[in-house]
Amino acid sequence: EGTVSLRTRKPHFDKILIANRGEIACRVIRTAKKLGIKTVAVYSDVDADSMHVKMADEAYCIGPAPSAESYLRIEKIIDVCRRSGAQAVHPGYGFLSENAKFAERLSEEGIVFIGPPASAIVSMGSKSESKNIMIAAGVPCVPGYHGNNQDPDFLLEEAKRIGFPVLIKATHGGGGKGMRAVDSPSAFSDALASAKRESAKSFGDDTVLIERYITRPRHVEVQVFADTQGGVVSLWERDCSVQRRNQKIIEEAPAPGLSPELRADLSAKAVAAARAVNYVGAGTVEFIFDNDTQEFYFMEMNTRLQVEHPVTEMITGLDLVEWQLEVAAGNPLPLSQSAIPLHGHAFEARIYAENPRNNFLPDSGRLLYLSTPQPTCAFAPAVVPALREEEAALYPTLSTFTSTSTSLTGEGAPAVRIEQGFGSGAQIGVFYDPMIAKLVVHGRDRTEALRVLRKALEEYKVVGVSTNVEFLRILASHGAFIDGEVETGFIPKHFEELFPNVGEPEPEVLAQAALFAALRTQLRGNGMSASPWVSLTSRRFGGDTAGRIITLQNEGENAEPITVHVVPQPGGVFDVTVQTASSQTEFRGMSARLVSLTELASTVNGQSSNTTIVAQPPPPNVPPSSSPNTMERLHIFHNGRKSTLVLPSPKWLLSLGGDVLNAAKGALRAPMPSLVVEVRVGVGERVEEGQAVVVLESMKTETVLRAGVAGVVRAVGCKKGEMVEEGRELVDIEEDAEGK
Amino acid sequence: ASRPALRTNILRIASRRYYHADVLPSLISRSSPEFIARSQAMDELVKDLETKMAEARLGGGAKAAERMRSKGKKLPRERLGLLLDPHSPFLELSPLAAHEVYPESVPGAGIITGIGRISGKECVIVVNDATVKGGSYYPLTVKKHIRAQEIARDNGLPCVYVVESGGAALPHQANVFPDKEHFGRIFYNMAQMSALGIPQIAIVHGISVAGGAYVPAMADENIIVRNQGHIFLAGPPLVKAATGEVVDEETLGGGLMHSSESGVTDHLARDDEHAIAIARGVVGDLGKSGGAEIAHLAQPDAPPEDPIYSPSELHGIVGTDVRQPFDMRDVIARIVDGSRFREFKKEYGTTMVTGFAHIHGYQVGIVANNGILFSPSALKATHFIELCSQRKVPLLFLVNVTGYMVGSKAEKGGIAKDGAKMVRAVACADVPKLTVIVGGSFGAGNYGMCAYSPRFLWMWPNAKVSVMGSGQLSQVMTTVSKDPAQHNSLKAEIEKQSTALYASARLWDDGIIRPTDTRDVVGLGLALAARQICGATRNAVTTTTWDGNGRGFGVFRM
Repeated sequence: EGTVSLRTRKPHFDKILIANRGEIACRVIRTAKKLGIKTVAVYSDVDADSMHVKMADEAYCIGPAPSAESYLRIEKIIDVCRRSGAQAVHPGYGFLSENAKFAERLSEEGIVFIGPPASAIVSMGSKSESKNIMIAAGVPCVPGYHGNNQDPDFLLEEAKRIGFPVLIKATHGGGGKGMRAVDSPSAFSDALASAKRESAKSFGDDTVLIERYITRPRHVEVQVFADTQGGVVSLWERDCSVQRRNQKIIEEAPAPGLSPELRADLSAKAVAAARAVNYVGAGTVEFIFDNDTQEFYFMEMNTRLQVEHPVTEMITGLDLVEWQLEVAAGNPLPLSQSAIPLHGHAFEARIYAENPRNNFLPDSGRLLYLSTPQPTCAFAPAVVPALREEEAALYPTLSTFTSTSTSLTGEGAPAVRIEQGFGSGAQIGVFYDPMIAKLVVHGRDRTEALRVLRKALEEYKVVGVSTNVEFLRILASHGAFIDGEVETGFIPKHFEELFPNVGEPEPEVLAQAALFAALRTQLRGNGMSASPWVSLTSRRFGGDTAGRIITLQNEGENAEPITVHVVPQPGGVFDVTVQTASSQTEFRGMSARLVSLTELASTVNGQSSNTTIVAQPPPPNVPPSSSPNTMERLHIFHNGRKSTLVLPSPKWLLSLGGDVLNAAKGALRAPMPSLVVEVRVGVGERVEEGQAVVVLESMKTETVLRAGVAGVVRAVGCKKGEMVEEGRELVDIEEDAEGK
Repeated sequence: ASRPALRTNILRIASRRYYHADVLPSLISRSSPEFIARSQAMDELVKDLETKMAEARLGGGAKAAERMRSKGKKLPRERLGLLLDPHSPFLELSPLAAHEVYPESVPGAGIITGIGRISGKECVIVVNDATVKGGSYYPLTVKKHIRAQEIARDNGLPCVYVVESGGAALPHQANVFPDKEHFGRIFYNMAQMSALGIPQIAIVHGISVAGGAYVPAMADENIIVRNQGHIFLAGPPLVKAATGEVVDEETLGGGLMHSSESGVTDHLARDDEHAIAIARGVVGDLGKSGGAEIAHLAQPDAPPEDPIYSPSELHGIVGTDVRQPFDMRDVIARIVDGSRFREFKKEYGTTMVTGFAHIHGYQVGIVANNGILFSPSALKATHFIELCSQRKVPLLFLVNVTGYMVGSKAEKGGIAKDGAKMVRAVACADVPKLTVIVGGSFGAGNYGMCAYSPRFLWMWPNAKVSVMGSGQLSQVMTTVSKDPAQHNSLKAEIEKQSTALYASARLWDDGIIRPTDTRDVVGLGLALAARQICGATRNAVTTTTWDGNGRGFGVFRM
């Protein structure tokens, strides 16, 4: 393997600390275990039972939930290193991974930071400095004029030099104000004047800059690796163009539609960029790629292991964490450039707790039910180091090893890999990133990988939080995506097709949901007894039929009720009539049986299927109301789709709930786990109805709680800066006569 | 089941497989003209039964139902459906009570009774059908109510009364109010059952007035629906007549008043559904008195097995003409587990068939007729009943008896004393007895075969019950009477009075069942009989007299 013999290889650490949580902590621990390295986990109070804590050999609590008080506390982590004897720290991504001060502090303590030198982090941390370094190193940056000369004629000349279309941007601007895209020189003057006017008005400064405007940009990044001996290689590129809220959701490697020459050029530039800052370890050089001109420009360099590193691992058959440990131990890179394989195609889909239909806003909650596709591997399956000859020829200096063979071990078997940090029952996304897991697939080509991805997404079942699984599945089935027509504006461009109208679930699904609701009471009963009082199910001696009417409704407020009549027939089958607002469907002789509390086996019209149905009880401490949030939900996974239905509460329950709500009208409760940003009232103060009382922050969003009644504040149950759990009474207002 | 028990069961099954001697053979020919004719005749009778039951289930009809619905109420059968555990069986009692008894139609006698599971516990449920004459009590309504209570008491089953009734049907008051088995018996039973630890629960969905007011008032725990249920001893018109006080129903006896002021009711529900949900909770919390442990103890003796012959053949075997003989073993073979029947004294007194079998896994001793009762048949039955009584094996009587043999030979042989031995054995057998009349039941045979006062008595649609066959009876009459014109009308009258429908309408039985349901219905009955009644000795439960046997009182409403 490579050029290093066992004799000269430096030994690995005995014990490392992982200064992270979730899937990446688990990921690092897995490789460490593989290499026989002991692991130390750190965790915050709320993570005490989480997966990374259980996987590690030792674990230390480093503070309360907010990351500023736990995962970001450098001294605490160093203290744990000392106590546990960890020789090195893997920072994962996020948190302290790109914190130069952390890297420095570790080296002061004689602890190895598994990452680049602090200097590289600093250089790449500054946008302007990094650009200057890149330009000096011959790495292309977006052409533009950033100078002080604001003469319109001069700027027009600059624009012509840059090449149309160009973008005029307010130097001190932001949020799209003072920004104009210009297609041709003739339109330049007017656009410039307009941009300057707007800029002056918005920012009190009319200075603008001009840059090349890329109409169909792609996000293409190159994985580089460097060792302490000056070796730098590229592990090929990834395409991460499809993004939402400026965050990646689906990544692939290699980037589709790239010629071998272009790939070689990208790799060479990325390697040059890494060399320019004396880089060490894993890094990613991000480029903006112009789909129209096939040109690429340096954007920034991420000085850490990226979330999407597994796609690179899948096409190269490598373990990048192992490489990181190798490099950190002072060993040279295990492979030379020409020995680095590139086989097949890989995708990574990030499963987030978020609501795509609500602008991808993060969701939080407990993972009530989690069922994933069966992974075929924990690490990337090994690939025989191989390069196609024509590609190898493009790396003359490194081309020492070539092979005509492109076979990989287990050829023909597409791979599915799941990187997750949470299991059923875990609480997601209150304090930290709402990513639940990463689904990674590999196939011999892009089509195969996509097919495997779609199937795996269909098998990914999550209940408890909203997820983007359904969105990812539609995305992976979209014609333009299949054709590799990716760009950063993909989601807005194809918005209509990516968010089809959610119609009512099919009658078949409604029938299954109703049967589930009807049958589960049977399973809960004394199912073990052989007494005929149990075994003679639904028999009514005297002629009655034991029919049941199950009422369902869609999730939205004010949804029309759907009634399903379930009538048991002799022989354990059912006649089911589904009545919706618009249609009536009958299923005769439908067989149905509960396999478990979450699985219904049913046969309708000769087609047998096993349907996963998960019942989500309403929060017990919230009084029943007509809001679907206070009702039991049924999540039905049928034919790869998830439908959610609500079992409406009976009238009497709503009536009881109404009493509670009326009695507690003056009490304001936390609608979700959140941070108290501000308490605007004190005990004894008078408030008007609708007056802002408490400001909360949850999921990076502020919520203002307002008084529901006019009256006097009787009690305040929270204080500024406190984390409050869902349902906690924050302020109690005693309604006064004036308010009535 | 524990491991040794499981092992025993496996061994038992295994041993049976190699021991065919107990499996009854089937020699019937399904293609014979007789079989087909009998089958068709029974099919028609069953269809007729189903039609009549379907009519009775409609209660007071669409208009009355609509009136209830318009007030936001659930219909009586809807209340029953909500009360029962979904998917559980319901054994309805006497659905054809009062059928063509009164000049006006009173379907089901205006009351629905039966046994069903609520929150996992078997209960007797009594539902007033307010669509029928406002749920008022006719003489047969009272009888049906009291019979349901009797079954509850015999089997230690909690009672749930779903109340909406105006009380006694006034024109019938003389046959409803004063006698020992009249209205007062309902409260007497409630008090005694409460004392025996048999829970009494009432839900008041509508008016519960006068005598009816005592059903919730006597209950251990009760529920009333707000703005809908009313309990008072006298309604506003009577109050005005008696005292001149003008008062509305809600003030006089509404749910809120009774729950917050008088304490007559314990739970205040928002609507029918809520009341039933509360009642299900109440039954769920009955503790040991509700039979939480009993369900476990009532596990069958053996794993249940279907008969190896199809029960649908019963129609063609028995037919509808009681004069046509059939072998009762062919019936037994289609009722018992694995069609296995370990016959006792097979060669002796061959007009009587006795032996041991299992139904739905419960062991049972079967006493069945295969013709006229001779002295040896009566002695054989007596012997067998004694065996079962001693071994605590419940008895099932399958009745098709024309009576004890008559004539000088029989009399000389002492048929009267042998018959009396059998009647005595039946009357005193210390085990639960269940009876199904599958054919005729005439004369003293009716008593000998336990068609009198068993735990449960069911009839097939073809069953005939009378002191003797109508033909013989009219012949006897011809001999002893002088007016031949009377004889013909009498024959027709007797013919009508001996039908199952006539009997069931008058509550001589617990209902007419489809022959194919026999196994299941008997199985449910045996499962109830297998319960061990908590906290009470058997004697205390089964006695019907009450003179301070140390049981104290039930629950007083405070």
